[in-house]
Amino acid sequence: MNFAVITFPGSNCDMDLYHAIKEGINQEVNLVSYKEKSLEGYDGILIPGGFSYGDYLRSGAIASHAPIIDEVIRLANQGKPVLGICNGFQILTEIGLLPGTLTNNRQNRFICEQVGLTVENNKTLFTSKYDFKEKITIPIAHGEGRYYCDSETLHGLNENNQIVFRYDSDVNGSVDRIAGITNKQKNVLGMMPHPERAIENILGSADGLNLFKSMLETQKSEVQ
Amino acid sequence: MSEPTPIQIKEDKIYKTWGLSEAEYSFISEKILGRLPNYTETGLYSVMWSEHCSYKNSKKVLRKLPNDSSRVLAGPGEDAGIIDIGDDQAVVFKAESHNHPSAVEPYQGAATGVGGIIRDIFSMGATPIALLNSLKFGSLDNNQTKHLVKEVVAGIGGYGNCIGIPTIGGEISFEKCYEKNPLVNAMCIGLLDNTQFKHGQASGNNNLIVYVGSTTGRDGIHGATFASDEFSNKKKKQRSAVQVGNPFIEKLLMDACVEIIQEHSDWILGVQDMGAAGLVSSTAEMASKTKSGLMLNLDNVPQREKGMTAYEMMLSESQERMVLCIKPEFEKNVLNFFDEYNLDAVTIGKVTSDKQYKIFHEGKLVVDIPVDSLTDEVPEYDHHGIKPKRISEDREQFDPQIASFKESWLNVLSSPTIASKRYLYETYDSQVKSNTVVRPGSDAGVVRIRGTKKAIASTNDSNSRYVYVDPYIGGQVTVLEAARNIVSTGGIPVGITDCLNYGNPEDPEIFWELDQSVQGIADVCKHLDVPVISGNVSLYNEFNKEAIYPSPMIGMVGLIEDISNITTSAFKKSGDLIYLLGSTGNDFNGSEIQNQLLGRVEGRLNEIDLNAEKKNQEIVLDAIQKHLIKSCHDLSEGGLVAALSESAFDNNLGFNIQTTLTSKQMFSETQSRYLITVDSKNKESIEDLFNDNFECLGFVTNDSTFSIQTADENLDIELSEALDNWKEAIPCLMN
Repeated sequence: MNFAVITFPGSNCDMDLYHAIKEGINQEVNLVSYKEKSLEGYDGILIPGGFSYGDYLRSGAIASHAPIIDEVIRLANQGKPVLGICNGFQILTEIGLLPGTLTNNRQNRFICEQVGLTVENNKTLFTSKYDFKEKITIPIAHGEGRYYCDSETLHGLNENNQIVFRYDSDVNGSVDRIAGITNKQKNVLGMMPHPERAIENILGSADGLNLFKSMLETQKSEVQ
Repeated sequence: MSEPTPIQIKEDKIYKTWGLSEAEYSFISEKILGRLPNYTETGLYSVMWSEHCSYKNSKKVLRKLPNDSSRVLAGPGEDAGIIDIGDDQAVVFKAESHNHPSAVEPYQGAATGVGGIIRDIFSMGATPIALLNSLKFGSLDNNQTKHLVKEVVAGIGGYGNCIGIPTIGGEISFEKCYEKNPLVNAMCIGLLDNTQFKHGQASGNNNLIVYVGSTTGRDGIHGATFASDEFSNKKKKQRSAVQVGNPFIEKLLMDACVEIIQEHSDWILGVQDMGAAGLVSSTAEMASKTKSGLMLNLDNVPQREKGMTAYEMMLSESQERMVLCIKPEFEKNVLNFFDEYNLDAVTIGKVTSDKQYKIFHEGKLVVDIPVDSLTDEVPEYDHHGIKPKRISEDREQFDPQIASFKESWLNVLSSPTIASKRYLYETYDSQVKSNTVVRPGSDAGVVRIRGTKKAIASTNDSNSRYVYVDPYIGGQVTVLEAARNIVSTGGIPVGITDCLNYGNPEDPEIFWELDQSVQGIADVCKHLDVPVISGNVSLYNEFNKEAIYPSPMIGMVGLIEDISNITTSAFKKSGDLIYLLGSTGNDFNGSEIQNQLLGRVEGRLNEIDLNAEKKNQEIVLDAIQKHLIKSCHDLSEGGLVAALSESAFDNNLGFNIQTTLTSKQMFSETQSRYLITVDSKNKESIEDLFNDNFECLGFVTNDSTFSIQTADENLDIELSEALDNWKEAIPCLMN
């Protein structure tokens, strides 16, 4: 499987994702600049965390106008897997691939800690290797990670099983303790916690590894 | 408004308001120039000759510090020092204070402190891998201090999180003396391949000087002078001296500089950060190192504001700017390279052979002075020290009257100095880059070096109460505590950077404190063979003539040769045996318990047996390398009481101990001690290693209780009650 990690000026978890793919699941991965216009040949698109364009204006807002974005949207609409983590999640909501928005944490402070999550839907290409309702530990590191959407959208997310990860406790004030959601088609996942920082026990948890393994397994089964 | 003429500067003594003394001014005009310096030239001398840039008051003291070992590749004098860690790799590290700016504008002051220290690291071509910080504030009992804490912590996080370097450790303490003059010291560690090392030098006639990064504005003018003066109620118009940070630009600058040094080393001769005293300091230092001259054309400098004078441009401390010395044939390559990163890069001058520092502005020559006179001819002051009266001769120890063992135990845990700082450090991204093995909260933070078996441990330590009551031994303790923190984590101490924070050195008592404490630091560094490879001096930390405690901060780096040796302070498993390595005496002067009972610290410290200290360090490292140790925690403030509790908290475990020590001695802060847990099957092996120098205190339990039996009483404390006191103290005081 060949992954693209999209880098924007100010991305800072691009190498974390790169290593997660390379060392975690031993697959091909390239850093692709925001200036590019084609993602031809890639089977998975990864949008990393960080502070694209310094988070000026609003997290992810300026990145959503970068040259590469049209291509990301095109591949997403084709059904290719697209994963946005942290700032990547914020960018995905800004470009409309995912509903809702991310705003300041309830505490109004940046929080970096290991948090407990529950896998709410294991029937997606990102979560097939997890058990339904599995408890996992993944770190968060964000100041604007509080997921918000209106009640109609929330209803839709629940109806369509789009809520993939929930926090076990109220870590940042997110609606319905939402930590990660997919689009309706389930090929675009946005999440605030960092699975790419949880692929080795020596760093505190390896619970994020199954997310990348799930993507790989799904792709393999599709090729067959 | 036109600038004062050279005659007016002399007659109105304008130079004095910029910090130059009459003697210094006369020396410049009579001995160096043979004429009166103009407005811009006087400005250049005043910042370059400030304590912050020249160390003119502290140089003599700093020479006491050893700066060499078999691992040192570069010591003080570069942007940061370099230590060999084997396999053709090296670590580069430095700490710097940003005390004065943080007092005036806490968010930006702290943020730009972090930004500045990061530039010192990547200007050497090193990739920053970790940040630490040491913060000192007044007592958390008033809104002003709470505001300072909140903003300083937010500023550090705001910058470090955005740029994407993990903050892996540090310390925060609270003491009345820092109320108006908080201390904000930040440290950065970078990783480097030896061969890539770039000296910050401008050499070779006609090589070009290139300016890269943010535009130059009027912010931070005279920042270095400002940092070399005292605070008082009367000096309120100091806000313009604080700079504003932009971590987004710094991230681009960092990535670009590391790449150009690593990938295109044939293009460039030197790279230097524009830090304190901005353009003048960076370019003059570059030129003086190679005995070259320099010609700059200020019309080419990217400017943020209209109508800036030469004086303003030269002294601006606008952030996120670098200067490079490059070979002229690669000018286009260099400018295009930075353009790809959306960074401004322009050629602003060239290297000359006449050893003069010449600045042109709007077609006129506005500065023409010898380069060396800015950097090498700064007068050095030899101050006379007088021992303060509070420092007595005898070392009789305070005798704490513990009315309630339990209450004192809980009070130690909830004391802001000892209580958990998690509420503050959880706002720092400690994990970005996915290399952090030990996060803040243990004895030292640890980052592994990807692709190797190695890891780097680092800690920031200071204990200004000890230095205040006994500068010499206090200085020793500061280094020893840092070393124990590294050793407890499984690391070999390999180098030190320091921030020496003191009051006005022209006060003989303060100079004595500086001199004595640096002597203490130096003696321990020599004994442990740990060199001081970089650092910073921050003097004049006073408000209305009230000085801070003498506060040397030690930033130590340790090498962990195999990641399997990484050890943390947390108890691991019920049933593990708990050992105290090292003997406990009655050491209560300067201690937490003395401060709690008296509301002050006083009395001399007992002398330290450095051989015993070194021996215990070797024993711990040996035991760790033999994988006999499950957890290891250095004993410091709060003695055994704090160490036992902290080790239990992380994994919600209890303990059951029985000791020959008295209840009082549980609070004693005798040096050279470690709290260690061991699997019971290794009892014999560990006791062989420990020799006779230990006490087996008991064992770890999972019954959520601290059960303590001392020589004089029994005490049970619920884990939850102890934990609440420790964990909730800071959030409670902050909200």
